[in-house]
Amino acid sequence: MNPVQTQGGLEVRDLRKDFRQGGLFGRARRVVRAVDGVDLAVAPGGSLGLVGESGCGKSTAARCILRLVEADGGTIRYEGTDVRAARGPELRRLRRRVQMVFQDPYSTLNPKRTVGQTLEEPLRVHGLAGGRAAREAARALLAEVGLGADALERYPHEFSGGQRQRVGIARALILGPSLLVADEPVSALDVSVQAQILRLLDDLRERRGLSFLFVSHDLGVVRHICESVAVMYLGRVVERGPVRAVFDAPLHPYTRVLRAASPVPDPGARVALARIEGEIPSATAPPPGCGFHPRCPLATARCRQERPALREVAPGRAVACHHSD
Amino acid sequence: MTRPPEDPVLAIRGLRTEFRSGRTWYPAVRGLDLTLYRNETLAVVGESGSGKSVTALSILRLLPESGARIAAGRIELEGRDLLRLSEREMERVRGDRIGMVFQEPMTALNPTMRIGDQVAEALRIHRGLDRAAARREALALLEEVKLPSAAQRMDEYPHQFSGGMRQRVVIAMALACRPQVLLADEPTTALDVTIQAQVLGLLDELKRSHGMSMLVITHNLGVVALIADRVAVMYAGQVVEEAPVRALFAAPRHPYTEALLRATPRVDEDTAALAPIPGQVPSIRAMPAGCAFAPRCPLRRPRCEAEAPPLHADGERLLRCWVRNEERIAA
Amino acid sequence: MTAHADAAAPPAPAGASALAHAFRSNRTSWAGAVLLAAVVLAAVAAPLLAPADPLQQDILARLGPPSAEHPLGTDTYGRDVLSRLLYGAQISLTVGFAAIVVAVAVGGTLGIVAGYAGGLTDQIVMGAMDVLLSFPTLLLGLMVVATLGPSLENLIVAIAVTEMAPFARIARAPTLVLKEQGFVEAGRALGFHPVRIMAVHILPNLIAELAVMASLWLAAAIRTEAALSFIGLGVKPPAATWGGMIREGFETMLDAPWLALFPSLAVLATVLALNLLGDGLRDAIDPKLRRE
Repeated sequence: MNPVQTQGGLEVRDLRKDFRQGGLFGRARRVVRAVDGVDLAVAPGGSLGLVGESGCGKSTAARCILRLVEADGGTIRYEGTDVRAARGPELRRLRRRVQMVFQDPYSTLNPKRTVGQTLEEPLRVHGLAGGRAAREAARALLAEVGLGADALERYPHEFSGGQRQRVGIARALILGPSLLVADEPVSALDVSVQAQILRLLDDLRERRGLSFLFVSHDLGVVRHICESVAVMYLGRVVERGPVRAVFDAPLHPYTRVLRAASPVPDPGARVALARIEGEIPSATAPPPGCGFHPRCPLATARCRQERPALREVAPGRAVACHHSD
Repeated sequence: MTRPPEDPVLAIRGLRTEFRSGRTWYPAVRGLDLTLYRNETLAVVGESGSGKSVTALSILRLLPESGARIAAGRIELEGRDLLRLSEREMERVRGDRIGMVFQEPMTALNPTMRIGDQVAEALRIHRGLDRAAARREALALLEEVKLPSAAQRMDEYPHQFSGGMRQRVVIAMALACRPQVLLADEPTTALDVTIQAQVLGLLDELKRSHGMSMLVITHNLGVVALIADRVAVMYAGQVVEEAPVRALFAAPRHPYTEALLRATPRVDEDTAALAPIPGQVPSIRAMPAGCAFAPRCPLRRPRCEAEAPPLHADGERLLRCWVRNEERIAA
Repeated sequence: MTAHADAAAPPAPAGASALAHAFRSNRTSWAGAVLLAAVVLAAVAAPLLAPADPLQQDILARLGPPSAEHPLGTDTYGRDVLSRLLYGAQISLTVGFAAIVVAVAVGGTLGIVAGYAGGLTDQIVMGAMDVLLSFPTLLLGLMVVATLGPSLENLIVAIAVTEMAPFARIARAPTLVLKEQGFVEAGRALGFHPVRIMAVHILPNLIAELAVMASLWLAAAIRTEAALSFIGLGVKPPAATWGGMIREGFETMLDAPWLALFPSLAVLATVLALNLLGDGLRDAIDPKLRRE
């Protein structure tokens, strides 16, 4: 296992999360290894993209970091604090440092609360501000995300998807976190709105010195907004490195497949579409050895038996593949 | 790609579809002209509020009974105006002459029916095949869409399949009666990227082997670049630009098309600054007079706000823009 | 991964206002509302409208048919039926309303807690509710009153117990859906206490459902009260209650049929009003709920 060191920032090592299915009355319990030994790091002020397709575990990993889901193994450290072990006041303090932006703008805001109430609530709950001060803070944050103060008295249904997502971002920032975890924050938005939100996130990051963990299935978005990227497949990180290097010269066969399949607005870049074989295997019955071997053009006997470890093959670049030598 | 021959398979002329809010009818599709030729894939691109999905529903006449109506226009399928047909006649067209693939395979499939039976159903209803013959044909179709172990799995239920597999079943159903036109509305949006690539490749291949035309509706420019022969860009209920695919991407003419391309982040290149389009798509209840895109357009002139530009033909390309058309004429 | 509209989304109902709006266009709920208003008004204005003291006996005038002095006749003890009916309305409505409030509060809370907590808590609480539901309403009410003794307070408790379980069910189902919503997850991420989430974020989003069912179950509460009073386990005589009046009227059905008739009509009218109202509210709410 390759130790990943950062000063402060986010450090995740060997993260594991299993989900159990069934198991009542003697039926075989199925264990889904949603996250199966993940190493990640985000330096302070850095931005890491976490990409992969459904079932790869990226959303689960993100939720473990926020303690929305309790991990089963591994360590998560943020700014030196042990995230998994945090309780009570320490957990509360952690929640002020790490926050999340969610995917669906239409369910991310309580329809029965005004925007003002939604933004002020975290301040009150954490005892950071009340009354006028909270209102002022809410107003300031709305301005920061590009919404007017008149939004305070309005309800979510009066806003479009992009605007609601701005409110969601404002809510995530109201406690002043230094790490923002975003789970597909623009997937549900139109292209033109997506661009607006991405630019907003860029600006905020620069202005506030935020670190980002950006979970997405869209490689184009990740390339635009992240400095580095980790590619996940079946609960594990299969490749990690600077975003341009990984996308322009992928080392792992799965990254190559993912990259090749990602549509590009250029008819000249048409790829032989039918070349990509196979289905994403179910996480309840992952293949032995390397999880990708059933679909891998380079698979050998070793791949079928032995799981490759994530190894650094060049400064800053790591791959989990037997053929990376 | 070859130039399309003269006879269109599907011709939409002056389509106007309206929705009711309160007591007033507002147009969501405002005078749409589209032509689909033989053996070609036409992509209709637009964002929400462009009217693209409403167009698909209008072609199939699947709009909700109350609150929506087709106010004007013609939709000719091989010469027959679909809007003049009775509902019974239209039922014979759907699934038989026009195959449909929609975004969510799980809602297109009956969860209580085996997939083999669902594919066979179209054959029994439209082609009058008996049980055994329909089943044989269904198996052939499932193999054609590359469903693994089709023979064993055709008696399974939709929930036993993954999203990509289900979409293949839906495609098999759509193709069962060898339709002339395949209408696909966001067929791969709900699928993972690698599966999307497979399904799109499959659609392309089938289009060729069946000699069909395909009308693909999508918001994803990358998908358009992958499989379209021609592209029509929709905004606020109208076509604003139409061109062969390479020409459109190499030299977009309408400011909206340009803006969309500039706002799309790419995996193969650094998009230094994504240029967001200011403003919002107009609501059907508050359509601006003049050009619908003018309020957001960097090139707008007074004429744009006063008068709505017509769709102007220039060789193979169509363009709805005062400013750019003038430039072309002047050039 | 759908591309959602960024054109302004169609206005979703903001609960109360949509209710009021849809309600206005629904004839049946109007009729129900008007009728209910009449009953409530009659109950409230009983001291003004009643021609006589409901407890005042006048044996000489007993079993008198409707007349000028006693518009609805007199009962076995010569008491004015109209007056007893009006004061009886007070009791029926009070008991019914109070019982419902308790049932919604307790049942609703249990349902939300069970739905949100899930797991063992859910199974235990809903199991208990299932036990309650397995008893016929009247039998359950009977058992509670028999155990606690007949009195106004115990009657309210008894009826509340019979109605608690349905509200637990009604509150639990939307809770299961709501707890998966983004804003609940966001609340957890922000460190909100589960109690806050349940009270501030989940409860307001199912008030509409509870309100609709409350109006329908209020009718049931009044019926149960009448039934319990009829059996003799309701409010003790000589207080006037509709159920008690029906019971007394039963005994003199042949001589003075109006004694059983008028209170029965009163119950019928009230229950009908509440049903119409509740149906109207439910129709106003349902399609919008499904769309949300």
